[in-house]
Formats: sequence, C-alpha cells, structure tokens
Amino acid sequence: MNKGKKSPKPGARVSNRSPRPANNQKSMEWELRLYVAGNTPNSIAAFSNLQQICEKHMGGRYRIEIIDLFENPQLARGDQIIAVPTLVRRLPTPIKKIIGDLSNIERVLVGLDLKPARSFAATR
Amino acid sequence: MRNDGNPRTKQTTPKHMREQEYVRKTATGTEGLDEITSGGIPTGRNTLVCGGPGSGKTLFAMKYLLCGALEFTEPGLCISFEENAEELAQNMASLGYDLVALEKKKMLVIDHVQIARHEFEETGEYDLSGLFVRIEHGIRSIGAKRLVLDTVEVLFTGLPNEAIVRSELRRLFRWLKEQGVTTIITAETGARGTLTRYGLEEYVADCVILLDHRVTEQVSTRRLRVVKYRGSAHGTNEYPFLLDQSGLSVVPITSVGLTHQASTDRVSSGVPGLDRMLGGKGFFRNSSILISGTAGTGKSSFAAHFANAAAERGERCLYFAFEESPSQILRNMRSVGLDLEPWLDRGVLRIDASRPTSTGLEGHLARIHREVVVFKPLIVVVDPITNLVSVGEALAVKSMLTRLIDFLKINNITAMFTNLTIKGMVEETAVGISSLMDAWILLREMEILIRDVSSSAPERQRAIHLLKSRGMAHSRKMEPFEITDEGIHMLNLNDHTTSATNAVGARGMRRKAR
Repeated sequence: MNKGKKSPKPGARVSNRSPRPANNQKSMEWELRLYVAGNTPNSIAAFSNLQQICEKHMGGRYRIEIIDLFENPQLARGDQIIAVPTLVRRLPTPIKKIIGDLSNIERVLVGLDLKPARSFAATR
Repeated sequence: MRNDGNPRTKQTTPKHMREQEYVRKTATGTEGLDEITSGGIPTGRNTLVCGGPGSGKTLFAMKYLLCGALEFTEPGLCISFEENAEELAQNMASLGYDLVALEKKKMLVIDHVQIARHEFEETGEYDLSGLFVRIEHGIRSIGAKRLVLDTVEVLFTGLPNEAIVRSELRRLFRWLKEQGVTTIITAETGARGTLTRYGLEEYVADCVILLDHRVTEQVSTRRLRVVKYRGSAHGTNEYPFLLDQSGLSVVPITSVGLTHQASTDRVSSGVPGLDRMLGGKGFFRNSSILISGTAGTGKSSFAAHFANAAAERGERCLYFAFEESPSQILRNMRSVGLDLEPWLDRGVLRIDASRPTSTGLEGHLARIHREVVVFKPLIVVVDPITNLVSVGEALAVKSMLTRLIDFLKINNITAMFTNLTIKGMVEETAVGISSLMDAWILLREMEILIRDVSSSAPERQRAIHLLKSRGMAHSRKMEPFEITDEGIHMLNLNDHTTSATNAVGARGMRRKAR
C-alpha cells in the first residue's frame, strides 16, 4: 500500500522524501513540485525550507515531487523552468511559481496564497 | 570573478593568441555577410547580433539556423524568448521555409522560453541552471551545431534580480563555448548609442554584428556592420542590406568583384569610330563602361547608340533612365537618327524610367536587380548615375554602384553608365567611381578654330577621349566628333596615325583649343 502517494509520472524520477507522508486525510490538497539542478546548497536549502513550511501550514495534506533537471532535463520545458530552485504549485490551481531557495518564508507563503499579499505588505 | 567572462583578460596569453590565428568560420546564410567576414561567424564561439526593433535580428538568426539545416546538415537549436514556435514557423513560412518539416527531420528544435514576471515570487538565492539544462538538452537531442538565443535580454525584464541575471549570463556565455556550438545571441540596441541595452557586448566579445535601420529624409536604408571580430580580419564598413522575400542579403563591395570571368569577346559600341579607338573591335563583353561629360556633350547619344547596336544584334538591352521618360528618350534619339521604337515593340529593348528620388539607393539597387533578373539582358545602360547622388552621399553611391557592377558582371552583362561632370573638374568628379570601371570615356567640348579659314569665329567642338580601357591597346588620342541627324559621326575615321603621333596630335589639339 502506498499510503495515498500517487505513482510517479512515467519518465520522471520522483523522490518523495517527505518524512511523514499524509496517512489519514481524504485527498491531497497541495501538489507541489520542486525543480532543482543537482545537489547544490540552494537545492538542499530549498527542500528543507519547503518541508518546514509544508509541515507548519499544510498539515500533512501535501505531496512534494522533487525533479532533478540534471536527471530529467526534458521536464524543464513543460513547466517553463529557467531558474532553479523553482517551486511550482500545481494544485490547487492556478499554477504558481516561486523561485529561489525559499528562505524568505513570508514570501513563500504569499506565493502559495497561504498568506494574503496585503497583510504581508501591512506587516512590513 | 569580474573578469572571468571577459576574453580580454585571456588575450595576453600566448596560447590564446595562437588560437586566434586559426579561427574557423561558420557560414551564416545571409548573402554577402560571409564574404565580408571571409567565411562567416567564428565557429564554436558566441556572436552578438544587435539592432533596434524591426532591424531583422530574428530573421538573421533564423536564416543562420536554416542555412545550417538545409545546406550544411548542421542541426540547430533556437531558444526563443519572444516568439513561440508557431509564430516563428508562420513568419518563416512567409519567406518560404518550412520549420515544422525541419523539426520533424530533427534538424531544428525551437524551444520557447516563456518568462512572465508576475508569475514569479522570488524567495531567496537561485541561479539559471534550468535554462542551461534546457539548452544542453536541446543540443543533445538533435546534436545541434548551431544555437540561437533570441532575445536573451528578456531575462532582465522577466527576472527580478538583475545581478543574478548578469552573473548567470556571463556564466552561460562561457559555458556555451564549451558546448561545441556556434551561437548567435540577439540583443536590442540601447537608447544612447550603446550596442545593447544591458551591455551584453561586454560578455559576448568574439564577434559583434550591428544591424541598423535608419530613415534619412524619408528614405529608409538598412545597414549592417561587423563591429568586432576577434581573431579575424573583416570588412569594417557599413554595408547596406536588403530585407525581402529571400530573407536578408548584404551586398558587400568585394563580394564578387574579383571572381567573375573576364571575357575576351568584344561588343561594339555602336559608333564605328569609337570601336576603332578601342582596338578596332569595341568594348570587352561583360565589362563596365563609364561615359563622363559635361552637360550636352552627347552622353545619352552614345548610350543610345550602344543600346541600338545591341538591339540590332538581337541582344536584349535594359535601359535605366533616371532623367527622361521613355517617350522623351525616343523623341530625342530620333532626332539623331536612331529609331528605338521598333526595338521596344519587339521586346529586345526595355526602358525603365524612374526618378532617382523615388526611393533610396538600396531601393534602386533592388529594383535594378529585379528587372535584370526578369528581363535577362546582355546589355544594361544606366543613364545617368549622377542623379543617384541626389539620394545618397558619394560613398553610398559608390558602394551601391560597386555592388551593381559586380552583380552585372557575374551575370555576364556589359554595362554602360553615363555620368554628368562639372566643367573644369571632369576627372575629379568621376574619380570616385571610375576605378570601378573597365573603360572610361570622356566627352569634352572645347572652343576651337575650325579649319575653314574664311571664318575666324570660334566654334564648339565635341571631342572624345578614352581615358582608360583595361586589357586592350587603345587610342590615347582625343578624337573630335559630331552629333548629326544621322547619329554620332567621328571626324577622323580614316586617320590611321601611330600612337606616338596620336599623342602629339592630341597635344596639338589641346594647344589649339587654347
């Protein structure tokens, strides 16, 4: 049993290293893709930042796909990736793109619509 | 770090100097450019093509890829930041190229990189490895030898952090050199005369080509200039270029000038006396002839005789008139005993009249080119070229004429040009263009006392002087002639003097003239 984890896309080497994949929720609410290119400090930082954010704000109802473009270069075209790391929010729609190592948590939350842009602006 | 991408720092090393001596070239498919650069752009390096909006950058770049795919079986990759594959295919289809078919044949890949700033939320450190990966993947997928980045500057407006874009582009250009592809990077020219808006020329230093589209006095001219070419000699002039159905063509001054076949055939000038001066046989076929003279010396009459003789031989003749309408030419030539009308009717002669100011020099060149291609003449007359000066400065006219002459020669056409000169400085006014001509005839008018002793009133006497005629023994004598209602009549047709006495005679004549 795969515990709610959907099978990876053919061709794409997907590694879900989420420590606690959702085990009890009805369905995935968040579908995220993190594009990286190799094991760079930026990639590592982006992944650990993303994990923290997801744990804190998505309560386990998420799935992270990590796509290493060095291994699957053909996937860069589909999501129009040029910068890495790029986080793509595929679900819920609309698709959102966030670039950078996700170290600016506030901005990530705005980018993922977890925090309204206005309040973010107001807090500054 | 700052100097990493700048080849200037490398230039001091002897190894790099050695490499520069043997820069391999890649043909661009833009007619004429490869001649200017003796072979094309540097193989395995980056070439920057800059120009304003609508200057033909994308077309230039696409022609480069098409040239590789169609002529050299070198696959090409286009990273398009502005137009998508469909739009590009449509644009090139209007020029008769099928990009879709080439993509199917794996000779071409178009990757449209879409960057919309509003999509991005920037949350920390990043780099553009994604772009590198896409380029590398594109290259690998078809074994691309040629790469186009059109227009990479979109990254500056698309991504929020200019510093990152700069350092990444620097890395990209250096990286591209290691990929074994020959790259064209297009960029927009900056506002204040800078080559590119974001200073890309600092990173891409191997070869810089500038496309320019300017309008001077309502006449538009496109020009191309090779600003920089490391390790290679290149033409440094601004070369006008045409943007038409066949894409871009630069018509370089030296393009075909030295490759055409020199003919030993002769072609009559239509004036027996002049033929006699030309070694008795006339001009060389496939040569260029300049007739200079002040107003009213009979330049057009000589041109008409030449055209008439061609028509009589059954050779097609195309007459470009920049001063008179066809009917005016017919009427005037009838008055000197030449009826050109039957030739017009029979289609062996065609008169193409237009005002010099109707279009720019390039427009004229293009029109002459087109007419010649359609009519396929053996003889071309341009009467007069002087008027073209009114639409372009002397250098531009010379450059246009050079290209015209080269074009005519390579098509085995004998061309006669007339040139109005200013009295007193005949040779000076024509000196710029005469070097392009194989034969140069000067028509003069002088006051002389004619032989009739009963009348001492001075009379104007026309005289013809062959200043040069390459590749043949020709008369150095100044020969008087008359224009009668039966045509041009050389006065001393029966005079068979040696060249030595000719020279004396000519001097005597000049003395007499004073």
